[in-house]
Amino acid sequence: MTSASPSLAPVPSLSAEPSAFAEISQETLALTRRLFVQLARRPSTLVAGVLQPLIWLVLFGALFANAPEGLLPGGISYGRFLGAGVIVFTAFSAALNAGLPVMFDREFGFLNRLLVAPLRSRSSIVFASVLYITSLSLVQSLAIMGTAALLGYGWPRGAGLLLVLVTLLLLVFAVTALSLGLAFALPGHIELIAVIFVANLPLLFASTALAPISFMPPWLGWLAALNPLTFAIEPIRAAYAGSFRLTDVVLVAPYGSLNAATCLAILAGLAAGLFLLIRPMLDRKLT
Amino acid sequence: MIELQHLSKRFGGRKVEPVQALDDLSLSVPAGSLYGLLGPNGAGKTTALRILCTLLAPDAGQVHVAGVDALAEPRAVRRLLGYVAQEVAIDKILSGRELLHLQADLHHMAGADRLARTAELIELLAMEAWIDRRCGSYSGGMRRRLDLAAGLLHRPRVLVLDEPTVGLDIESRATIWQVLQQLRDQGTTVLLSSHYLEEVDALADRLAIIDGGRVIAEGTPSALKGALGGDRVTLRVREFSDEQEASRVRDLLQACHGVRQVVVNRAQGYSLNLVVEDSAVVETLRQQLAEAQLPVFALAQSRPSLDDVYLQATGRTLSDAELSVAGRRDLKEERKQSMR
Repeated sequence: MTSASPSLAPVPSLSAEPSAFAEISQETLALTRRLFVQLARRPSTLVAGVLQPLIWLVLFGALFANAPEGLLPGGISYGRFLGAGVIVFTAFSAALNAGLPVMFDREFGFLNRLLVAPLRSRSSIVFASVLYITSLSLVQSLAIMGTAALLGYGWPRGAGLLLVLVTLLLLVFAVTALSLGLAFALPGHIELIAVIFVANLPLLFASTALAPISFMPPWLGWLAALNPLTFAIEPIRAAYAGSFRLTDVVLVAPYGSLNAATCLAILAGLAAGLFLLIRPMLDRKLT
Repeated sequence: MIELQHLSKRFGGRKVEPVQALDDLSLSVPAGSLYGLLGPNGAGKTTALRILCTLLAPDAGQVHVAGVDALAEPRAVRRLLGYVAQEVAIDKILSGRELLHLQADLHHMAGADRLARTAELIELLAMEAWIDRRCGSYSGGMRRRLDLAAGLLHRPRVLVLDEPTVGLDIESRATIWQVLQQLRDQGTTVLLSSHYLEEVDALADRLAIIDGGRVIAEGTPSALKGALGGDRVTLRVREFSDEQEASRVRDLLQACHGVRQVVVNRAQGYSLNLVVEDSAVVETLRQQLAEAQLPVFALAQSRPSLDDVYLQATGRTLSDAELSVAGRRDLKEERKQSMR
């Protein structure tokens, strides 16, 4: 078994350093593969992640199915109105949970294994999480959109579909960055779960996912008009309604009207801002 | 190969009583040696190793591995080091082989090399039978062997192991010992921590005894034991004696010819630890005790061991030190530190 073999001899010298891009891709792909292997062998996360929004869609849709016609702006049915809200909320919840696996890696000491390895950039850990969560959110969103289509709520066409995907990507990137930042800043998974719990539902109710701003008391309308979820929901809702020109007004807020391009710009700014905000912290924790 | 100079590290402070984990600890490990770090739990071994492996920054001090400054160039040092941590961190969902492949990618190994090297280590550590099963089903010994393989994958020049054989079955322990000796013979510098005297005594070319965050003795096992000289005698006049009786016996025996030193060991029910010139003195002791009408509950004689080296330097045995330290540690705080 332990016959003398030259394999144990240490490397005599270090060769020239290969390109940073090649090394970072190798690290990121290996870490992403790990997350997908975990998902494939423990598919309950995926199953629950797809089922839960479908239940939202069916039950909430049914709850307001008999709402008087013409109640909603533009006279659309409630189910059709709700679809965009459920898509965005699902992607948001998945991204908000992105920090949990990293937190468990910290707690079980697996992160140490990554930290003693000569990673070219420790951002690889972040990139892997973003890749994983984004793919997962896309699968979930497509499932919701498919079901919504089956329920007769329509399907965004052409540029509208593209608009939906871009909006989701921006939101997922921003929220994943935030969640990973929390996973390194908070002391343990209990605290992280508490933050997720507190943030999740209030952000849903204080957005235009379930009701338009015109239904809300002024104070809530202001909250909803400042809520990042709203900036993702409204362009997607517009895409569903058949409008996918970026210059179309999608949100009538107490402070003015916003078109789709402005909503996307706000989301992009938020994503960039959050990434820049947590960057120094990741560096401090990860170097 | 490894130079730790004047390392200090303090934990806690705000809510809990601060713990000085390292207190001006200096250590020099020669290239190609198997070096042991011996000390009770809580002595600072793990803290020193985590600083060496760039997982923890010291409050003060210098760390060099093969001439590279670990605090200035941590990534260069990470490439030189293999680290096998005390608590085995394994992803339960992956198989052992997948874990090794992940590790290879984190070390940027090329595809062909990765496969060849994984196969070599699976054979070396006798892991063929279970390497494709999920890690969650592994026993402690299997996990430790897999962890060792992961540490060796990138052919490190320095292998650092934190308590590698704690709680292991005899077969796994023998395998690990054998691999460590083989590594040393082929030029790898091996640094391991342990609180098992016999492990360090059997394996290490040199060792440092650590207590309270500092090095209290350093050298080869035989030199350390030889420097003490004489034979050790442990005497108990009854199973649980008291201070008064113990000091009476001590005064009596100290006067005997050939007795160099008598220490009362309170932690062991006021037993007496004696250093005597040679084994013939033991007979004299028995006579003296008989004349003074003192009973003998137990009397044991031995050559000096590493525990005696420890006893000599600190005034307590290694096992007593562990007991007294166990109560003072703040495990929650240590855990928090290890998550950083």
